[in-house]
Parts: sequence; structure tokens; C-alpha cells
Amino acid sequence: MQSHFELFGLEAGFALDRVALDRAYREIQGRIHPDRFAQAGDAERRASMQWTTRVNEAYRVLQNPLERARHLLELNGVDVALETNTAMPTEFLERQMLLRESLEAASGARDAVALDALRADLVAERARVEARLAARIDEDKDFAAAAELVRELKFLERLDAEIESAYDAIEA
Amino acid sequence: MALLQISEPGQSTAPHEHRLAVGIDLGTTNSLVATVRHGVAVTLPDERGRVLLPSVVRYRRDGGCEVGYAAQASQAVDPKNTIVSVKRFMGRGLRDIDHIENAPYDFVDAPGMVQLRTVAGAKSPVEVSAEILKTLRARAEASLGGELSGAVVTVPAYFDDAQRQATKDAGTLAGLNVLRLLNEPTAAAIAYGLDNAAEGVYAVFDLGGGTFDISILRLSRGVFEVLATNGDAALGGDDFDHRVFCWVLEQAGLSLLEPRDARLLYSKAREAKETLTAHGEAPLTARLSTGEFVDLTLKSETFCSISHTLVQKTLGPTRKALRDAGLTIADVNGVVMVGGATRMPEIQRVVADFFRCDPLNNLDPDKVVAVGAAMQANVLAGNKPQGEDWLLLDVIPLSLGIETMGGLVERIIPRNSTIPVARAQAFTTFKDGQSAMSVHVVQGERELVADCRSLAKFELHGIPPMVAGAARIRVTFQVDADGLLAVSAREATTGVEASVTVKPSYGLEDRDIERMLRDSVEHAKDDILVRALQEAMVDARRLLAAVEAALAADGALLADAERVEIERGMAALRAAMDAGDHRAIKRASEALNRTTEPFAGRRMDVSVKRALSGQKIANFDS
Repeated sequence: MQSHFELFGLEAGFALDRVALDRAYREIQGRIHPDRFAQAGDAERRASMQWTTRVNEAYRVLQNPLERARHLLELNGVDVALETNTAMPTEFLERQMLLRESLEAASGARDAVALDALRADLVAERARVEARLAARIDEDKDFAAAAELVRELKFLERLDAEIESAYDAIEA
Repeated sequence: MALLQISEPGQSTAPHEHRLAVGIDLGTTNSLVATVRHGVAVTLPDERGRVLLPSVVRYRRDGGCEVGYAAQASQAVDPKNTIVSVKRFMGRGLRDIDHIENAPYDFVDAPGMVQLRTVAGAKSPVEVSAEILKTLRARAEASLGGELSGAVVTVPAYFDDAQRQATKDAGTLAGLNVLRLLNEPTAAAIAYGLDNAAEGVYAVFDLGGGTFDISILRLSRGVFEVLATNGDAALGGDDFDHRVFCWVLEQAGLSLLEPRDARLLYSKAREAKETLTAHGEAPLTARLSTGEFVDLTLKSETFCSISHTLVQKTLGPTRKALRDAGLTIADVNGVVMVGGATRMPEIQRVVADFFRCDPLNNLDPDKVVAVGAAMQANVLAGNKPQGEDWLLLDVIPLSLGIETMGGLVERIIPRNSTIPVARAQAFTTFKDGQSAMSVHVVQGERELVADCRSLAKFELHGIPPMVAGAARIRVTFQVDADGLLAVSAREATTGVEASVTVKPSYGLEDRDIERMLRDSVEHAKDDILVRALQEAMVDARRLLAAVEAALAADGALLADAERVEIERGMAALRAAMDAGDHRAIKRASEALNRTTEPFAGRRMDVSVKRALSGQKIANFDS
């Protein structure tokens, strides 16, 4: 099956040409979206829904750095093993502990400003991991090392979800 | 240089007649119908020039009913049979409805959705809504001089699957061909965006009679992309009326009220609230059936303090929508205000403070949704010339998942996913030799099943005996462009399959709708067979036109044998149409659809390639 990159006519790589992706997505949707087939027969309406669904899924995966990296590793025959491999570098885990401690303090104090600051830290942390991921995948082609970084990103994503719940708890 | 012209797939290159299509805003308080005439979207008035139709239905002893102003006028004298704000009950069970003790109706706790006992029998909210839709359909057909080819019906963006399904059922029951369910804030964004050639990120703040939606959209070169939506499906102008009503009871020292007195005070409360839009205080007087006289003055400050928590309730969802969109207030170019309740000065002030900019009020907040829906209906009906249409990318408002061990929810499709969307997840058995698995589909953001809405339960049987954990059951969720869900489950090693379109537990079964159609006064007079034949003929004609257009545009994609087979299918359908048997026409249509399936798939494939090669008809870059 066609890769998500091929679907949009893009070169496979972690560095993403966002403008080209958005343009291709819109061009394709403009032609196959169910709104274009409201007057068509069932076969075409079904085909339109299936294709649009696929295009939406591919777009979602490419937009998200974690999912994009996973897809690239899969294309190169590397399993990220998100569920089974939980080994992390000590230094990364130590930073995580600190971030989690600040999260507990912020949510305990119901402090939205502290949450904002924490989220800013997290955004910076993610950017650092993503930059290393780009180097491992696009330059070194070191997919095993990249897999470890993907697991780190997953870790950060979970923390982000916890920050989100903390916001919800404060606003409730 | 002239660009190559390529016809849009599914659309004929030949000019065709203008199809009559409307947009309908089925509101909690008022409903409207609009259409695009000579390129301009207009709301359609009744014979007395009134555009709004109060969403009120009064049932009579003879089984008939009145809809709109006439029904509204009898609210106070016949509260039990006069249904107002029925939208609040759509797709809702008895325990889901707030302030139910204040509603003057006899509720029947029917499975899934409440019913209301009236002199004309028990009525489902779907049937009540269908009466409103029928009235608007009749208005549109009289005004446009012909039968409607289709309608876009709007729903609050935050409506869940059960509420959407109920709305679509009401459309079907009203004899409408529902082209699409469209989210109300998205409809407003279309109307606003096209009217003002707006580009950038916009928030649509939609506070209606009974529902609140906040949507964040990116408008860019003819594409309306919803980035995130949030809201409260049980927060609206009605709740402000309720606060005033409670204040009146407290001030006047009243307690147990006759239903007619409660209705009267509710109307007075609403009037007072509306007066405060332009004045600092509002008189509130009423003579009750007990002879008691209520004489109060509601001051603007009092109103603000009793409704403060309601106003604040809009901000949580607004913050969440912004976070889900990955944006901050600074990224928002403008805030479009929609819904009659946004006329309240306090709402305007709070929204302006929150977004640090003046809200956009240049479109009539009552009409903007219907106008946007009419524009979308016009596109879906195929009335727009090539290149002038736009594209709408909407999302689902609530996450969808299934119940796993321990009453926990496994999320399968997260909220704010662009639709249509499909996602599959593998599950396994937990006992040795387990031969069946129950799939419980839920919607909501909470981790416990008990805190989410239950949409459907179904069972997959015939799993071959295996040790625990060996079976591979793939559960697939598909959400279509209306935001409606279908779920299927399949055991991978044997191919045992079970599927459900998520209707049974909260919507109506198809056979219920058929029964209601048969029961309705209008269709009892009609010959049901004549109606079925008409519908089958319309569908068949549309299908033939679509296949002809496809052959003309992309016939080259077919091998000779395939083309012959398709042409044979078309001939068979034409023969069935000549014979005039609706079942035979349906069978022939289905057969033709099956025959054209590979062709349809190939055409999509080619469309994608053409899109990438840059031969475009709609020039988004210009």
C-alpha cells in the first residue's frame, strides 16, 4: 500500500514541508470530499467516503511528529514497541520526574499560570526531542536510535494529557 | 493561457436545471428556512411576512396540531399539550434533562428517548420536531413553487450521536431528503466568511435558546476548516429565563404553581430578560390564576448577578476549544456572535473581555445559521458552477470509544477528529473458550463508562474456542460526513462479523420511522406505494445521471467489457423504471451501484493524482 507521504506526493522524511502538505491535502479534498458527491450514486458516495477517510488519516499522521516518526520507522521495518519497550535513558527520566513534580505542585495549588509555564517547558522539551529525531531519521538513518526518541515523545505526550486534565480540574 | 477544464467528478458537464434546496435552522426557540435564489441566500417568510417560526407545537384532541405562533399563543392555556423547546429532549432519556420538574409535560420514560403524553397520544421529540420541519418544508415549497430536492438541517456542534440521529430521523419523518447535518457554528462561519471574504482564524460563539457551541475555524482560500469545537448541549437562553423565573418565585414568595401559571411566569421572565438588552431595568407583572398579582422590577445588575454562573459556564468550553486547536487568544482574528442569547449585553461584554476584541455582530444572530445552511445546501444540490464552490472540513465534537474491563473507556476516535474518519482497534478474549463478545459503544471525554453516554450495545457471536487472549477482534468505528457513527466488529482468524449502525439504543429504529410515516395524517391520505415509487424514481434518475456523467468524464478508465456491463446495468434500470415497480427499481439501482463500484474507486484514485499534478479547476491560489 501507498505510504502517507506518497499519497500527498511528498518525499518521505521527518522534516516536513508543511505548505506542500496543506496544499496537497486541500487539492485532494477539493476533488474527493463527500460534499462533492451529494448527488452521486451510492457506489461513488461510498468510494468518496472511504478515500476521504484515508486522506484524513494520512493527514493526521503526517501533521503529528510522533505519528509521522512512527510511520517512517514502520516504512523502514522498525517496530517502535511503544507498549513493550519501556527502557528510558536515566537522564531523560530524571527530567521527567522534575516536570511531574511541578505538575503535581501546580495542580495541587490550582495554579493555571504555573500550568501555562509547565506547558511552555514541555513544548520546548518536545522541540528538542523532535530536532534530535530529525537528525537520527533524515541524516543518520539510525532507526533504532530514532525508536528510542519516539518512545520519549510518547512519554511527553502523556504528560501533556495530564496537564490537560489538570486544566480541566481547575476550570471545573 | 487558458487552463484545461476538467469536470468535477460526480458532476455533469451539461447545464442542468436549478434544484430546489433549502437550509433549515431547527432551533430550540425559533426555527427558520432559507434558500439561495439568484445567487443570494434569503430567509423565507410565512404568508404574513414573518421569518421566524416559534419552535412550538400544540397537539389537538383530533390528532392534528398547530405549529408556530398559533401554538405559542396557547402555551399558557394548554401547557400540557403545547410543546416548547423540544430540542432539549432530542435523543435524551428522562434522567438527562435538567429542570425537568419545571416542565409542564407528562413525560413517558420510553427506552432511549423520552416521550410526551398529549391529548393526541404519546409523542416522541422526533415526531414533534418533524412537525416543525414539515411546516417549514410546506412554507419553502409554497414559496419556491415546487418540491424540494434536498435540505441541510443544522445541529449544535456539541450534539452527540444520539441527538444527531434523532434530528436526521425528524427530517426523514418530515419527508425531507436530508443532504447533510451541518453544525450550527460552521453554518454561521460559512455565512460570515463568504459575506466578508474573511481569511484567518475565527471563533464562532453560538449561544442559542438551549445550546451553547464554541468553534474555532481557519478560513483560507475557500476552505472552512474547523480546528476544534466544544460547548454545552444543555446551556442556553432558556436557562437565563429559568434563573429569572426562580428569582420571581423567591421575590413574590410563590411556591407550588399551576402549570399555566408557571408557563405565564416563564413568558414574563423571558420578556423581562429581552427588555434588559436595551434598558437598565424591566417591569415584570402578572396576574395568576389564584388571583395573586406579581409586580416586580428586574434591574440589570440583579440579572447579571443571578445569571453570573451561567455566563461563566461558557468560558470553560471556550478555553478548551482554543487549547485543542493549539492556539491562544492572540491567534484569533475575530469572534462571530450567533444565536439570540448573544444579544445579552453581559454576554457581549464577557466575550469581548475574554478575546480582548470587539465581537462581530454584523450578521443577524437569528438568521445567520439558516443562511449558511442554505449556502451549503445549494452546493450539495449541485447548483454552484465549477470553481465557485468551497470546501468544508468539520470535526466530531466528542470522543468515541468502547467499554473495556472494569468499566473503563478505551478511546477509539478522539474529539476534534476531521470527518469522515475511521479507526480500528484490536481486542481479545479474556476467558478460555469465550465464544461471544459484547461491544458497548460510548461517547464522551470521561474515563469511566458510567460517566459517558451509552450509544449502543451489540454482540459478536461465533468466536471459535481459543485460549484467553488468542482471538483477534478488530472493532472499526466509521463516522460519516454527518458526524454519524457506524461500528463493526470482526474476528480476524475466522472472519466472523457483527456490525451495527449506532441507532437502536438512543435513536429510532428504521421500522419506527416507517410506522410513524404511515401513521401521520399526511401520508394516510397519500397512497404509500405511490410515494415509494416516486422516491425510487427520483433516486434512479439521479443515479443514471451520475453514471452518465462519470462515463463521459472518465470512460477511458474502463475496459470494454466493464463498460458493456455498466451499460447493461443502466439499461436494466431504465427497463425497471418503465415497468414502474418500486422494488424492481430499487433492486436494479443497487445492482448498478455494485457494478460501478470498481469504476468509482478508480475515479477517486485518478482524482487524487490529478489534484497532485496541479491541473485544477478550482484555483485556490488566485
